[in-house]
Amino acid sequence: MQRVFTNWRRVTALAAVAVLAAAACGGGASPTTGNKVSVIGTWGGAEQESFLAMVKPWETRTGNTVQYTGTRDINAVLTTGVASGILPDLAGLPGPGQMVEWGKSGALKPLDDVLDMATYRADTSSAFVDLGTVDGKVVGVFIKSALKGLIWYNPNYFAGPAPTTWDGVMGTSTGGAEALWCVGVESGAASGWPGTDWIEDFVLRQSGPDVYDAWVAGTLPWSSPEIKSAFDAFGDVLDKSYGGSDTVVATNFGDGGNPLFTDPPGCLFHHQASFITDFFKNQGGAAEGDFDFFAMPDINPAYAGAFTGAGDLFGMFNDRPAARDLLKYLVTVEAQQIWVDRGGALSGNTKVTTYPDEVSKRSAEALGSAKVFRFDGGDLMPTQLQSAFFAAIVEFAQDQGKLDTILTELDAASTAARGG
Amino acid sequence: MDERLVTAAIVVIGVPAVLVGYILTSERLLGLVDERRRSQIRPWLWITPALLFLIVFLVYPTINTIVLSLQDRAGQAFVGLANYQYFFSNSGTLESLGNSVLWVVFMTGGVVGLGLLVAILLDRVRYESVAKSVIFVPLAISFVAAAIIWSFMYQFRAPGATQTGTLNAAVGLLGLEPVAWIQTAPFNNLALIVIGIWMWTGFAMVILSAGLKGISIEVLEAARVDGATEWQVFRNIILPLLLPTIFVVATTIVITALKSFDIVYTTTNGNFGTDVIARKMYEEMFTNGHFGRASAVAIVLLVTIIPFMALNIRRFREQEALR
Repeated sequence: MQRVFTNWRRVTALAAVAVLAAAACGGGASPTTGNKVSVIGTWGGAEQESFLAMVKPWETRTGNTVQYTGTRDINAVLTTGVASGILPDLAGLPGPGQMVEWGKSGALKPLDDVLDMATYRADTSSAFVDLGTVDGKVVGVFIKSALKGLIWYNPNYFAGPAPTTWDGVMGTSTGGAEALWCVGVESGAASGWPGTDWIEDFVLRQSGPDVYDAWVAGTLPWSSPEIKSAFDAFGDVLDKSYGGSDTVVATNFGDGGNPLFTDPPGCLFHHQASFITDFFKNQGGAAEGDFDFFAMPDINPAYAGAFTGAGDLFGMFNDRPAARDLLKYLVTVEAQQIWVDRGGALSGNTKVTTYPDEVSKRSAEALGSAKVFRFDGGDLMPTQLQSAFFAAIVEFAQDQGKLDTILTELDAASTAARGG
Repeated sequence: MDERLVTAAIVVIGVPAVLVGYILTSERLLGLVDERRRSQIRPWLWITPALLFLIVFLVYPTINTIVLSLQDRAGQAFVGLANYQYFFSNSGTLESLGNSVLWVVFMTGGVVGLGLLVAILLDRVRYESVAKSVIFVPLAISFVAAAIIWSFMYQFRAPGATQTGTLNAAVGLLGLEPVAWIQTAPFNNLALIVIGIWMWTGFAMVILSAGLKGISIEVLEAARVDGATEWQVFRNIILPLLLPTIFVVATTIVITALKSFDIVYTTTNGNFGTDVIARKMYEEMFTNGHFGRASAVAIVLLVTIIPFMALNIRRFREQEALR
């Protein structure tokens, strides 16, 4: 991709020179205070507030300021930014797949001499360190993480005990609820992603980490029986979902669990990552104590204790002293504890052990005790394939009869995305 | 001071200064040439900056896009017509092409038809300017905002739950089941096109209304005195006289419909069989990073628009010739 840009660069360079010259003058021989660090991320609303609260102590201490811009379209913003060379100092990255691309091209600056590597390695789970590493250099760090594959319920309607097998979950009597499951996959340009979490959880629990890795890496085709079986299992969930297929595709992921809290309840269970508690409270009208979770049970006992998870990656595009300093601060226990205390996030730092409520404490424990941990597979796939995966979920949720065509198309997308 | 302010100041003061400097310098240079040649050279000197901008920002990118459309994903090797072959054989792109045709037909028809109707009806009432302003307002809203407003209107909740969408609430009042407006093919395409029609009807109305005012009242009076019905007046006098204006409006809307991206991107992101070629272009470029295919889509879009532009220019020339 780099080569195409060289032509553009010559043209844009002329226009950019003026802008950059002005920017450079501003940076200058930098004093340690009074600098501005530009940051772009995907966080808006409550999450944006949490991030700003997280950087506040650093701003007070150093006298520097963080200029944060939130966008849901971060992929397009950063892709054009990398092409034109006009980039924020630090940015939230769309996913490990994109990070690898920008790490290899040199757009992302290596962090090995920015971070205190010994402390970073000691404080961070090795899975996260590896995920942020490209060609032996750390280019991405995790600001927060989330544990996926949690099944949420309302203790007022489901008293337990938590089923220990998947069949047990599916066989639970709905009682007064309208349906067993609530599923909502709408999410603007990323519509479909909540369903990809379902598929990933099924692949990992049904067929194990080796199959999961092969599938994510593209060596196991989508049309193989393992992947098809995961879609079929998701199809069974959809068949037992609140409101039927139109509701599934029309409901935003943030509102997806709301029927748990209506009277009578629309559904008994909702499958979502640990961050969803924020939405329960702010959009579902749930109070503390109205929701609880159990981990999605093992399916094949050979792969017991397997979990999927994700995290928000962060990288540095402009190597400036203030940016370095901020990045160094963001991975510390002090910084990460702030977001954790505000709720809705698990830390990427293993030294953060105090959690504000029982639910996040238990998700953090589950994350720590996972025997097998795999990062969100869709996030690891090339962007083109991930986006096809999202669209495939929407198509499948609306018409399960199309499964074979959908999987064939995904195989084609996989070949195309990997340069076939 | 904010760096952006400095840049803005440089642009605001610098650009006019450079242009004035250019004109003064060129005039001085013209002073060296003899009187007769001066008037021949001057227009060219004056038009040069505009031409340069046109070449840098229009001609060069167009040529570069054509070249890219014949190259592979990263623009490193020529692949002949493979990108075009992909465009015309892939079921996804063909679907988006079909939907774009729907947009052209229904959006143009809807905007021109409604705009004409409103222009003619409002021509006969006292509160014309107020009503016209109200209908014109949606054009001032950005596409994305309009799409978000309408996705609230079209919102669908599970049957039995409280319907938060305006339309489904209304449907519920009639005792009917809610409809998944933007999720149910093929009518969801029309639901999205309605958003475009809502936005652009005001534009058509204003232009057509101006055209209508240009028709001399004597002609209409004469027809009415001769016993023509209102329909006959419209069919045989207003419509033919308004036709050139209708043509201009229709061309603008055809181009808008072909380029429509924001509404689809915001409401469905191309899911549910609503994809259009402009969104396909975005996807190939920014999601897939395939410069070749994205450029091929852009060229297809350009080539489709050219005939409409050409027709419009020809009509314009014919009219000029009649004067």
